[in-house]
Amino acid sequence: MSLFLVKGAGVAGLTLAYELLRRGEDVDIVDYQDVIGQGASHFAGGMLAPYCEREAAEEIVLTLGLDAADWWDKAVPGAVIRNGTLVVAQPRDLADLTRFASRTRSHAWLDRNGIADLEPSLAGRFEKALFFEGEAHLDPRRALAGLAKAIRNHGGEFHLGWGPPPKKNYTAVLDCTGPAAIPNIPGLRGVRGEMLYLETAEVALSRPVRMLHPRHPIYVVPRDDHRFMVGATMIETEDDGPISARSLMELLNAAYALHPAFGEARVVETGVGIRPAFDDNVPRVVETESGLAIAGMHRHGFLLAPAMAKKAASRLSNAYVPQEELIP
Amino acid sequence: MLKLYDIELSSRLLLGTARYPSPAILSEAVKRSSAGIVTVSLRRETSGGKTGGAFFELIRQLGVRILPNTAGCHSASEAVLTAKMAREVFGTNWIKLEVIGHHDSLQPDVFELVEAARILTDEGFEVFPYTTDDLIVGEKLLAAGCRVLMPWCAPIGSAAGPRNPSALIAMRAAFPEIPLIVDAGLGRPSHAATVMELGYDAVLLNTAVAGAGDPPAMAEAFAKAIDAGRLGYLSGMLEPRDMAVPSTPVIGKAVFS
Repeated sequence: MSLFLVKGAGVAGLTLAYELLRRGEDVDIVDYQDVIGQGASHFAGGMLAPYCEREAAEEIVLTLGLDAADWWDKAVPGAVIRNGTLVVAQPRDLADLTRFASRTRSHAWLDRNGIADLEPSLAGRFEKALFFEGEAHLDPRRALAGLAKAIRNHGGEFHLGWGPPPKKNYTAVLDCTGPAAIPNIPGLRGVRGEMLYLETAEVALSRPVRMLHPRHPIYVVPRDDHRFMVGATMIETEDDGPISARSLMELLNAAYALHPAFGEARVVETGVGIRPAFDDNVPRVVETESGLAIAGMHRHGFLLAPAMAKKAASRLSNAYVPQEELIP
Repeated sequence: MLKLYDIELSSRLLLGTARYPSPAILSEAVKRSSAGIVTVSLRRETSGGKTGGAFFELIRQLGVRILPNTAGCHSASEAVLTAKMAREVFGTNWIKLEVIGHHDSLQPDVFELVEAARILTDEGFEVFPYTTDDLIVGEKLLAAGCRVLMPWCAPIGSAAGPRNPSALIAMRAAFPEIPLIVDAGLGRPSHAATVMELGYDAVLLNTAVAGAGDPPAMAEAFAKAIDAGRLGYLSGMLEPRDMAVPSTPVIGKAVFS
């Protein structure tokens, strides 16, 4: 049995810690924040949507992401909602919907009635939609809290907040620090993402809805308590300052176009995260001086972290992987 | 050879760098297009006054000439400010001047455009104005100091192709000595070939390549179409006729009434 130090308590770090514990290893997790998951993970959409992402991502993102929903379901029972994804477009952007369909698979076309059956709130608002039945979503904040609990229950130790790292004899140090690793790992850059939370009881959605637009595509992911996460911009900068007025206007405008009731919603939160990415936007397990790094999750943290964690853990540990999962 | 502001270029394709699936795909598309110039939006990749350091570095490493643009600007003053920022970031006097009149249609505001072109030329910029196919606006831009005109052929991102070929022909005839670059509205390689056959000097593309299923392959397809159209233009194309023209004599049918 070896002892590993995981740096970074975001989605990459916690999934890796969990995979190491599954293999019978010991794990300490450090993060300079007082609370887990305060980086880009905090602002994630939590869409487990490998088919939709394929529209603009490499095939490997689809392949690696296919098992994500099952992984999260086992690691954090009850976290995953398997209601699929709905993709819509305004009438003038229907060509984009056709293009989206031609770039993706495992979807079905819906007409007005089909849309109304799935999402009564959107009844009569769209003529056509694509339904990706095999996709899922989760609430990233709840999922990470659940994962942290499972890690603690199985002996993983958290050391949060500023302070000297524990002085122990670690077999390897595993860098899962997301954007903080950009200066240390060649080829890594930051992509800014801005999002907001709306709260309204006038709209109800059962699944993430993506609305295509040539310039401002958005997604709206329903959470509990009448909250909706609206995201997300992709800007090629490492600036992590507050959301810009322009981005806020564009996201709100798109949400309003999806459903006018969002115009009356409360804006309960805005957020900005820096997503680390390599130039092909595909994550990698990278060798470092003191161990390994999982880097470049880009916009696919919750979708790809399980696969990356398994990849890294199997390199670190030769231990037999038990079939039964760690269930708290 | 294409000459823009005294710079000779072997390629007649200018490629935009926005909205590719990844920088790696963008980089491959630039290579396969053989483009000699890439355009970069400053505003799009700027936040809180800080610009996209890593992304811009990647663009510099493409090893092609950079033409920064003022995409997203809605007034002359905004465009002038963005152009000055671009000069700092990329160390070039070249600026693709875009002043958008309407957020939705993305139609250029030609009044603000001419004003911005005059200010920027006075400040030593070499301006590439994104304009409509209006001849008077073209004249005013030249009077403001522009030595290149970049008319649209359809609205930005529409992929509709040349909607008004007669206007493009008229513009070519009105400005025989000025490099004319079709900017915006192209969707397919055949669109690019068509405008090159009309005698246009070059083509600027972004969405048609970035939004394609395989952007690098589409970039190459456009490059070939542009070459074909240019070669066709130079080779003296036949004018269409109403009747068939037999290539061998037809006995007894020599004279039609």
